[in-house]
Amino acid sequence: MRFFEYEAREIVRRAGIPVTDFGFAKTPAEAREIAQRIGGPVVIKSQVLSGGRMKAGGVRFADSPEEAEAHAQAILALEIGGHMPRGVLVDPKAEVEQEYYAGVVWDGTRKLPVMIFSPVGGIDIEQVAAEQPEQVGRRHISTILPLSDFAAKETIARAGVSGGELTKIVPILRRLAELFLRYDMTLAEINPLGRLPDGSFVALDAHMEIENEARGRQRELLLELGVDPTETRQAREATPFEIAGEEVDSSDHRGVAGNVTEFDGNLGLVIGAGGGSLTLFDAVRAHGGRPANYCEIGGNPSVRKAAGLAKLVLSKPGVERIAVMMSIVSNTRVDIVARGVIKACLELGYDPAEKIAFFRIPGAWEEEGFKILQKYGIDYADRSVSLNEAARRAVEKIQGANEEAVR
Amino acid sequence: MSILIDERTTFIVQGITGREAVNLTRECLDYGKGAQIVGGVTPGRRGREVHGVPVFDTVEQVVAHHGSPIDGSVVTVPPAFTRDAVFEAIEAGIKLIVIVTERIPRGDVAQMVELATLRGARIIGPNCLGIIVPDVIKMGGIGGPARNAAQAYTPGPIGVISRSGGMTTEMSSTLSAAGLGQSTAVSIGGDAIIGSTYAELMPLFAADPQTEGIVIYSEPGGRMEAQLAEWVVANGDPLPIVAFMAGRFMDEMPGMSFGHAGTIVEGKEDTTAEKIARLQAAGIAVAERIEDIPEMLRELLSQRQRSALAAAGSSTEGSA
Repeated sequence: MRFFEYEAREIVRRAGIPVTDFGFAKTPAEAREIAQRIGGPVVIKSQVLSGGRMKAGGVRFADSPEEAEAHAQAILALEIGGHMPRGVLVDPKAEVEQEYYAGVVWDGTRKLPVMIFSPVGGIDIEQVAAEQPEQVGRRHISTILPLSDFAAKETIARAGVSGGELTKIVPILRRLAELFLRYDMTLAEINPLGRLPDGSFVALDAHMEIENEARGRQRELLLELGVDPTETRQAREATPFEIAGEEVDSSDHRGVAGNVTEFDGNLGLVIGAGGGSLTLFDAVRAHGGRPANYCEIGGNPSVRKAAGLAKLVLSKPGVERIAVMMSIVSNTRVDIVARGVIKACLELGYDPAEKIAFFRIPGAWEEEGFKILQKYGIDYADRSVSLNEAARRAVEKIQGANEEAVR
Repeated sequence: MSILIDERTTFIVQGITGREAVNLTRECLDYGKGAQIVGGVTPGRRGREVHGVPVFDTVEQVVAHHGSPIDGSVVTVPPAFTRDAVFEAIEAGIKLIVIVTERIPRGDVAQMVELATLRGARIIGPNCLGIIVPDVIKMGGIGGPARNAAQAYTPGPIGVISRSGGMTTEMSSTLSAAGLGQSTAVSIGGDAIIGSTYAELMPLFAADPQTEGIVIYSEPGGRMEAQLAEWVVANGDPLPIVAFMAGRFMDEMPGMSFGHAGTIVEGKEDTTAEKIARLQAAGIAVAERIEDIPEMLRELLSQRQRSALAAAGSSTEGSA
């Protein structure tokens, strides 16, 4: 989960890294007060999670508190990348002699965090790495040895920086790496890190992302930053359909009926598990099918839960039929999923044989499952029919039905 | 032959009294020649038994009870306790650790992997179903109950490596139906950081005389496929590989994660299109559909056979 800039800067401050005397405002009046307190030229920055703030007009400069208030009012009403701002950050306009980059990210190949430093800051580090690779220093750090200054020193020195700069930046980079590990970050960046005329360094902007799996154990930090435990901050906000999907999943602790994601097609999908869902979703699209949703069932959900998910999908506007498909299951029971989806059809007053375009879940308890499917006249297949072929048949059925309707 | 485990492998189950672990223990005891599960660990439950397997409070106690080194551990404890359990196993001298647990923060995973590397141990997972050597042994929930696992997996020349546990079985079942059995199938897990990647398992398969070809199941996210492509090029392509790439639709949805924690398109390298291009550039065949894999593998295997024969023929001529 990504943090807003004002939250990221607060995290940086807590780690003992110098920051500017910034303030966060939700109203133009608050922005004015902060500008007054700062008492000089300020920068007003939109607090949205999408990039390109500068281009969109979400960053403006003000010389007086009155001007700060006016800019804040304009920025607070400005949508950027489809998002309304959470508020504005009011920052003293710093006189900066040079901008640097300091960051820590995971390297999945080496399975270690890597410190990155460059004396070329204020722009994307990827761009610097591509154009001036000798200006970028990198160094992996241990996750079990205590973090030591020398690692930061080597990283900075590898970027060709020496002298007083080197010794002053060492504790900043070390602290950034410490907070990265302590708070389970997946990305911790200070860009730019500014050198002021007096030779001191200050974080001028920060970008932080925390791992979702660690939100539980970082509850205290999130609480103190005022992050709502239900905020997901995904690339897009959850739709009511997706929220209803989460409710189905949490209504019963047995098994999973999760990751329900809305699409705008006519073929509802009750699919699983992780890899099977990815494969099936691709296959439906490859055959020209239009999925109404993505989801992942698994871990042996109860009949009620499977029925709940199927009902949700069947009730989605535009859904004509559903396809119930999984890769070979060993933990989830075929008969339970079959019962669940049939129950959903019956309770909504549909004929299961009509509404279930195709059923392909082979594996544990399949004999029992297939018996039930036969009883209701549902078109099904065992493992001899591939995931791809199952998807093709489901798509064919829904398209065939549409062609008949046209005739 | 097989990789990682064989009929002599001894292992323990950490968190053995949990519901899933009890099932997994039963499955492994029943499958193939019957796994040698020499003990289980659940703190505070010493003296109990799970399907005849004695339960202890600590790994140290199991090792003492067994009287000789233990090869492996299947870790099924909740995410908050996994790092501790894995550290305990590594420090007790266990060299192969299969982590079933999902939703472990990657900082913890990195610590486990780092300690394992220091101690010469190997981690498979987390968020995986384990390892199976068809008709011989399985270590983990892979394939499910013995009866189901026997239906999907058959012995043979193909190594299977998959980021998805369920798809390990689906792909192996497809191979089995086409008469291509498996030497060893490994579910490596779907997280952003895992103990053993494709490229890290390839040397084991390449050294295994039974294995003649490899099938991999792949997803968006990370650079594990790029690492495999680099390995293949650097090591002279010792085994034919057919890859299947799921989640192609995710290329159009950057920033969203589906399927497993590790699947997310963050940059260009993460997309399936980029991964497919890299794999193909390294000479790895990429299947459009799973049902195409057996035929593609057969073709690659016979190509190699022909060129091996031709090489043998020309060397015979040379010596004559």
